[in-house]
Amino acid sequence: MEKLTVRICTGTLCYIMGGAELQLLGDYLPESLADKVEIRGATCLDFCNQEGQGKAPFVLVGEELVTGATVAKVVEVIKQKLG
Amino acid sequence: MAVTNNTMILRRELLTRIIKLLHNNTLEENIDRIPYEMRPKGYEEVSRCCVYKDRAMLKYRAMGVLGFGIDEEEDEMTSLADYTRMAFDRDHVSENPLSVMTDACSACVKVNYVVTNMCRGCVARPCEVNCNKGAIHFVNGQAQIDSAKCVNCGLCMKNCPFHAIIYIPVPCEESCPVGAISKDDTGREHIDPEKCIYCGRCLSACPFGAVVEKSHLVELFKAFKSPKPVVALVAPAVAGQFKTSLGNIMGAVKKLGFDDVIEVAKGADVTTKNEAAEFAEKMEEGQAFMTTSCCPSYYMLAHKHIPEVAPFVSHTRSPMYYAAEIARKQYPDATIVFVGPCVAKRKEAYYDPNVDLMLSFEELGTMFVAMGVDFADDTAVALDSDIMPSSRGYAATEGVMGAVASALPDSFKDRIKPIVINGIDKQAIKDLRGYAKSCPGNMVEVMACEGGCVNGCNVIANPKVATRQVKDLAK
Repeated sequence: MEKLTVRICTGTLCYIMGGAELQLLGDYLPESLADKVEIRGATCLDFCNQEGQGKAPFVLVGEELVTGATVAKVVEVIKQKLG
Repeated sequence: MAVTNNTMILRRELLTRIIKLLHNNTLEENIDRIPYEMRPKGYEEVSRCCVYKDRAMLKYRAMGVLGFGIDEEEDEMTSLADYTRMAFDRDHVSENPLSVMTDACSACVKVNYVVTNMCRGCVARPCEVNCNKGAIHFVNGQAQIDSAKCVNCGLCMKNCPFHAIIYIPVPCEESCPVGAISKDDTGREHIDPEKCIYCGRCLSACPFGAVVEKSHLVELFKAFKSPKPVVALVAPAVAGQFKTSLGNIMGAVKKLGFDDVIEVAKGADVTTKNEAAEFAEKMEEGQAFMTTSCCPSYYMLAHKHIPEVAPFVSHTRSPMYYAAEIARKQYPDATIVFVGPCVAKRKEAYYDPNVDLMLSFEELGTMFVAMGVDFADDTAVALDSDIMPSSRGYAATEGVMGAVASALPDSFKDRIKPIVINGIDKQAIKDLRGYAKSCPGNMVEVMACEGGCVNGCNVIANPKVATRQVKDLAK
């Protein structure tokens, strides 16, 4: 099965607005999900420059955009997708 | 602490907006708009009761960014534009780096124990019977605590069989290891500069973000505009702050407008050498033990609160001191800016003969964002290969100890008995008091923050991630 790609924006804006915490996402993924997900850092995804896209940090879970992302929020979205 | 919460995000958003204006030379004209832009009419996600209070608090917070203490307010009507003008006209930012926005302080509970509505008004009433101060009485069949009589002993909570009495902490007071922050008669918190060791715990702990640090940003932009060179000294902990290499970070610092960037690790080389020599000397003299001195918060702790330990603190100076000395030789008329992780370093920098300004990691990160500076391999700065790898490890707990131990003369290598105090709290202070009488080791490393400088109050990255990056470099 193809893995679900999670792209965490590591642009500086996302990073200082809490994205730095998302670097630990891998540590918090339940074991049952860990091998179904591929976590990648991404250079600025450019959502911060678009009006009305919501607040940093930004994460793409597959094609779904998570705004104001926290580890808990992202894990929840991953669970829904793979549920 | 790299806490991800809304007070931190608010602070960083404000910093970014102010730096953008500073960078465009339009701060004075536009700064009074910032509170309105961040909290426009009809804004729904207010932090406090309403947009009006949010704006008022943002104004006070902006005073801090401009380098003023909240306690320096003389006239409530002084606009941020006026403060901006005053900031550009002043010689330097005044000494004490912390103040409390008393109007943001929610004046948390005076008495830590509260009777909840779970109180059954039982017949036994052990809370009332066991209270030695007569502070509990019953109104409408429920216990009530008289705050004028209560001494916060907690006996009522311990004795309530229904767990109806709870403990409510005052987060800033709880976090302060030396009792430096306390309430006035109106319940608002104040910091006693005589007691404060500038560890910055209260800054991170207050859920209302009421503790504000004075920034040197205006002074930095003044320096950028002057003909004198501006030199950044970056603390070793910087290597863990962004998801890129140290060389790239240093390259980005240069792009902000600094003429040169020097690693404080270069000064740590000197600290290691001197500390090792001092340890050997003290052991020869028969001194029982020696402690490190490079954490300014610990240094202040020993001298202000544990005088019996002060004689055991090494006389070796901090990496910042030596790095600034080196930088001053190279650039005699430069503005030298220390870039570091904590408010204690801001206090130390104030007294350092060669450090002119201090920039926190949080301010550095927001400068990158506000000024659109990216990390790029082609602008990376080559790392100084003369610096010992262990000097880059100072930022993580046990780093200083490891560096000093490896630099000892051979005859002392097996005589060192290390003790590491990883974070100052009430227990650590008790331990240090005990060491003054009898120390189970002979070399004590003390870091005020748990984990070391990577967990300073102004860091950006999660300390776990930062520690990995710092340790990789120190290999």
